[in-house]
Amino acid sequence: MEASTRSLPTNIALLGNPNCGKTALFNLLTGSRQKVANYAGVTVERKEGILHTSAGRNVKVLDLPGAYSFNAISNDEAMTRDVVTGHSRESLPDLLVCVTDATNLRLHLRLVLEMRRLGLPMVVVLNKMDRAEKLGISIDVAGLSRDLGVPVVRTVSVHAHGADELRAFLDLSVAPSVHVPWKAPGLEQVLATQKDVQRICQRVVTEPTIDRDPSDRIDKFLMHPVGFVVLALVLFLTFVAVFSMGAWLSGFIEDGTALLGNFVQGHMDDGALRGLVVEGIIGGVGSVFVFLPQILILFLFILALEASGYLPRAAFLLDRPMSKAGLSGRSFIPLLSSFACAIPGIMATRTITHWRDRLTTILIAPLMACSARIPVYTLIIAALFPQEPVAGALVMVGLYTLGIVAAMTVAWVIKRKDIKGTHLLMELPAYQWPDLRSLLIGVNERAMIFIKRVGTVIMALTIIMWALASIPSPRGASMDSPIAGTLAGEMGQGLQHIFAPIGFNAEISIALVPGMAAREVVVSALGMTYAMDGSEEDVESQLRERIATEWSLGTKLSLLIWLVFAPQCLSTFVAVKRETNSWKYMWIMGGYLFGLAYLASLITYQLTNAIAG
Amino acid sequence: MARHQIATLPVLMKGATAIQLNELPMETWARVVEVIVPTDSVDRELVLRLVELGFVPDERVRIVAVGAPGREPLAVRLGGTTFALRRHEASFILVSPQ
Repeated sequence: MEASTRSLPTNIALLGNPNCGKTALFNLLTGSRQKVANYAGVTVERKEGILHTSAGRNVKVLDLPGAYSFNAISNDEAMTRDVVTGHSRESLPDLLVCVTDATNLRLHLRLVLEMRRLGLPMVVVLNKMDRAEKLGISIDVAGLSRDLGVPVVRTVSVHAHGADELRAFLDLSVAPSVHVPWKAPGLEQVLATQKDVQRICQRVVTEPTIDRDPSDRIDKFLMHPVGFVVLALVLFLTFVAVFSMGAWLSGFIEDGTALLGNFVQGHMDDGALRGLVVEGIIGGVGSVFVFLPQILILFLFILALEASGYLPRAAFLLDRPMSKAGLSGRSFIPLLSSFACAIPGIMATRTITHWRDRLTTILIAPLMACSARIPVYTLIIAALFPQEPVAGALVMVGLYTLGIVAAMTVAWVIKRKDIKGTHLLMELPAYQWPDLRSLLIGVNERAMIFIKRVGTVIMALTIIMWALASIPSPRGASMDSPIAGTLAGEMGQGLQHIFAPIGFNAEISIALVPGMAAREVVVSALGMTYAMDGSEEDVESQLRERIATEWSLGTKLSLLIWLVFAPQCLSTFVAVKRETNSWKYMWIMGGYLFGLAYLASLITYQLTNAIAG
Repeated sequence: MARHQIATLPVLMKGATAIQLNELPMETWARVVEVIVPTDSVDRELVLRLVELGFVPDERVRIVAVGAPGREPLAVRLGGTTFALRRHEASFILVSPQ
């Protein structure tokens, strides 16, 4: 290779096994200078960022999805392989940064050897060096570099200066990439590579004993059947935190929107525009915005539990019970995330390598009660049991349970033909303290998605709803209702033909329409159809009173049941379409949820009327 | 089924000491002696992955936890990490307890 053709790298790619600490390292390198999107045409997350080298140069970093092997068994692994073998629309990186876990070189070196065959300039990163030292593992870095024939640097992704060695390395020039055609290695070749790895590890890694890891001692306790008690406790504390801390923080947002609403009310002339701004935008959007704290706290817990290594253990514990429904423990994390919001839940199914397991998990994810349902549940339950918080809490637990039971039943129906055919094979990485920087970046990412959604879809729906409930119908009042004589009233009456058998009046029927697009707006939509005005807190208390007095018991129960099953928001439909790459599965999901909701509400309404009426 | 034939292989190949990983008692260290290559294509893909993850001859393994009931799934310690495996997945790895 001519020395003159060498150049400084400007476009590098990070890759490595899952759990090598690659994401934490990427976060340390790029900070908030990140862009998250999907690769063109596939549902694989593409993360790119800019880092500064020691000399201050800007370098583009692509954080490739974690892969155990280029013999891909998931879309993530296939994408990583395609990028580094030049089979994607991405440009070939100038330098491969192969991230390994220094505490677990035995597992991670094989991929390094596989990458070495690609003909690209590369550097091996020994990450988590701090942990390796703590465990008494010493690595002969010069020896490793010699054996591999590539440079090796050390990093600690949880320290502010932990990547300095790598940043300095990026100011050295690299040879141009030589494109070597790549062929998937067969079993024999993999066995031979593993022999090389064993030899290298024996030469350069010195570790005290194999029993070094305290994870085994924790596992003995947490993955014992007693572990179920711990798991129940962890989930219980998570939800207590979501509801108590979340509600407390939501209080501030509520006060803020109320203040803003009153301010605008007092400073604008009375008229349609003021109605739109105060009731439509501030009231409507504000009533959704108050759930931001609850959603973020739930995500914070999920991200922290996942980063600590506990969630994979929980998935292990739940594998057996979930296999009865034809699923594996791998479905646990996506379903847990769906309690915050079905969309990240559906996206998290990407880690399920088996397609039928993944599809089943996607189809049942909307049955997990997402946090957007909390306000509607709360409103109706408060109207049902105004003086009995305990009974109210029990009903709430019941609604969550109903969703879970229904999900497991649906999974069983889908998978009953090949209930034995599930796969687990999953790494249970060593326990570790979550990296605070990565947690904050993760939560911030969720917050931005939510705020964007509130600012676009939900804002638009609220305005449309407000308009429908305000614009007089050309045919005039045709019924006795607060929305009589408006476009919304007309539509509500049409919908009555469908929804009367399950006990919904015109106001509920029309409020459910935007509710299908975004569940969170049901409360504000009901407020509008009942022509409430004032700040959002007033709307809620007025609404609670009217529901308590005007709706029959059957209607209230029927609506609660409806909300457990009915199709989720539009964004969920979009997510299902995108993740399954099929309109068919999207309609199957929408159809079965609608059918289930209608049937369950019909039974509830008719039965309640027969007993109580 | 191909799997049932395989179950008799350990005795033939490595003497009476080799057992399938799913039969290994809890907390007992063992050494991997052989990986079975199944005929079924789905299982072959699985075995390739097991080998890529490091379930290869001479590695030390032990079972650190089992699910209930019926010892399903298994948590297997392998070097610096632990893997959750279904019994079926573990059955392709032959080990010799130490």
